[in-house]
Amino acid sequence: MLAFVARRVVYSLVTLFILSATIFLVVRLTGDPVLLLAEASASPEDLERIRRLWGLDRSWPVQYATFMQNAFRGELGLSFNYRLPVSELYFQRLPNSLTLGLAATLISLLVGVPAGIVSAVKVNTWWDSLAKGVALLGLSIPGFWLGLVLILVFSVYLRWLPTSGAGDWRHVIMPAVALGWYFAASMLRLTRSSMLEVLGSEYIKLARLKGLPDVVVIAMHAFKNALIPVFTLAGVNLVVMVNAAVIVEVIFAWPGIGRLLYEGIFQRDFPLVQGVVVMAGFMIVGINFVVDVLYAVIDPRIRLTR
Amino acid sequence: MATVAGDRPFVRAPADGRVRAAVRAAREAPVLAVVILGGLVVVALLADVLAPHDPTFPVPGAGVFDPPMWMEGGRAAAPLGTDFQGRDILSRLIHGARVSLIVGLMGTLVAGTIGTLLGILSGYVGGWVDQLIMRVTDAWLALPAIVFAIFLAAMVGPSMWNIVGILGAVYWTRYARVIRGEVLSLRERDFVKLAEIAGASRLRVIRRHILPNVLNTATVLASLTVGVVIIAEASLSFLGVGVPPPQPAWGLMLSEARPTLMAGQWWLTVFPGACILLIVLATQLFGDWLRVRLDPQARNL
Repeated sequence: MLAFVARRVVYSLVTLFILSATIFLVVRLTGDPVLLLAEASASPEDLERIRRLWGLDRSWPVQYATFMQNAFRGELGLSFNYRLPVSELYFQRLPNSLTLGLAATLISLLVGVPAGIVSAVKVNTWWDSLAKGVALLGLSIPGFWLGLVLILVFSVYLRWLPTSGAGDWRHVIMPAVALGWYFAASMLRLTRSSMLEVLGSEYIKLARLKGLPDVVVIAMHAFKNALIPVFTLAGVNLVVMVNAAVIVEVIFAWPGIGRLLYEGIFQRDFPLVQGVVVMAGFMIVGINFVVDVLYAVIDPRIRLTR
Repeated sequence: MATVAGDRPFVRAPADGRVRAAVRAAREAPVLAVVILGGLVVVALLADVLAPHDPTFPVPGAGVFDPPMWMEGGRAAAPLGTDFQGRDILSRLIHGARVSLIVGLMGTLVAGTIGTLLGILSGYVGGWVDQLIMRVTDAWLALPAIVFAIFLAAMVGPSMWNIVGILGAVYWTRYARVIRGEVLSLRERDFVKLAEIAGASRLRVIRRHILPNVLNTATVLASLTVGVVIIAEASLSFLGVGVPPPQPAWGLMLSEARPTLMAGQWWLTVFPGACILLIVLATQLFGDWLRVRLDPQARNL
């Protein structure tokens, strides 16, 4: 077990290294950030001064080493635009993204899990077809368009919900639905296939042979085991949603980290952009590591592979 | 009567397996998906002929924000209404189909080619090549695709062909991982071993024995990626880092509709989004059908 964890730690670190190096290089290969910082009329001396001020006069490996050192201390550099540490801006916004992500996860579970179970229990009936149709629509409707349509219906015509910003629970509903929609579909698909697999297994057949009623078989025996992968996916999805909700946050003016990234891009604030993207990578590598280890705890066979 | 009886044995005679398979394939083909996709391809190819107006200039005589023709104040000159510059929505939708299809297909092609080649290389050559490719794949997969794409687009700058390259760079990792897995098991199969013993060069083994056997998987993956790539393009264009104005891209039209969303001009928002939905739905249906056809193991998924 220890060897397994050690190997996973090394893999994760290598992944983080490649990821941050990619982002670091892309930022520097695609343009001179100093030109973005300075006024168009800045003299060469001014440019040189800015370069030194931001540490951009040093060689790339030195810049990278500094960047990584700071990153591991939780420092992501200084935002060009806000003149504040990127980490401060980031952690200011993170709770909002978490709220939105949790609400969207809740919606995706509430829609995806029951629909997936019904679809698996009543496999090849019209319930199943209906659920498949919903899943297909979930994967096909762009979340951000759904958000716009929700605004049209519930804010413009019905005037039930506020269009943007953060405040009470009414502000969360529409962005959470727009964000959770796609994930509900993937949750539905996974619940369905996971339930089908469990329902076909020997111990379920035995439970049925013992004469247990369907409700008990499904609710007590199948449900528990079928939902392990579903809740794992929900956890991974939560981390993805917190980081990838850029468009939904922009549409609903939700003050999360997705909007921070968007603002960073339009203000050409490259330490901010770099910081947010690197943090997204770090969080996802982190959750993948946790899932790998948890699975190895649950299933000892996994520890022996590779 | 005699002719009917005489016909029977002929009708029942075993048809050539291939013909029968083709007939069955045609019967099971997703009609809806093929009709939608075929229609969109025709529209995209003939956009210049089909579009009633220039998509980048205001319709002469029409106002801005004209509603569709069946509503009060609409005109036949702009059947689906006009946008904030008085441009014809229908013409922009028609030309937008071209952008979506080009980016969707070319982006998928770029991603599929890079991913398949790297996956084969990784699985067949093994060793440190495998390690290198797979660690990069892991790292790039760790970033949410849309965040990575927004980041690259913001750095490289907006243009349609840049977006094709960016989406190719973002989505190749999925192919690489799956194809590598396939190659790992193919590598141990007898026909590959025998080819190697017979003295075939690595390149020849890859070209003649490995590549043809992973193409099915790559095709299925591609058919399921097209829709994802189209939504990604629309998202980038919506955020202003994708296809630049005044080009008529559906995502861009949605973004241009946003400032006046509260005024209730629903046609600016509903039509482009419905087009995206339609094209992605069709590619998904088509992809599901293709997966069942080409990958029997996945039939229960």
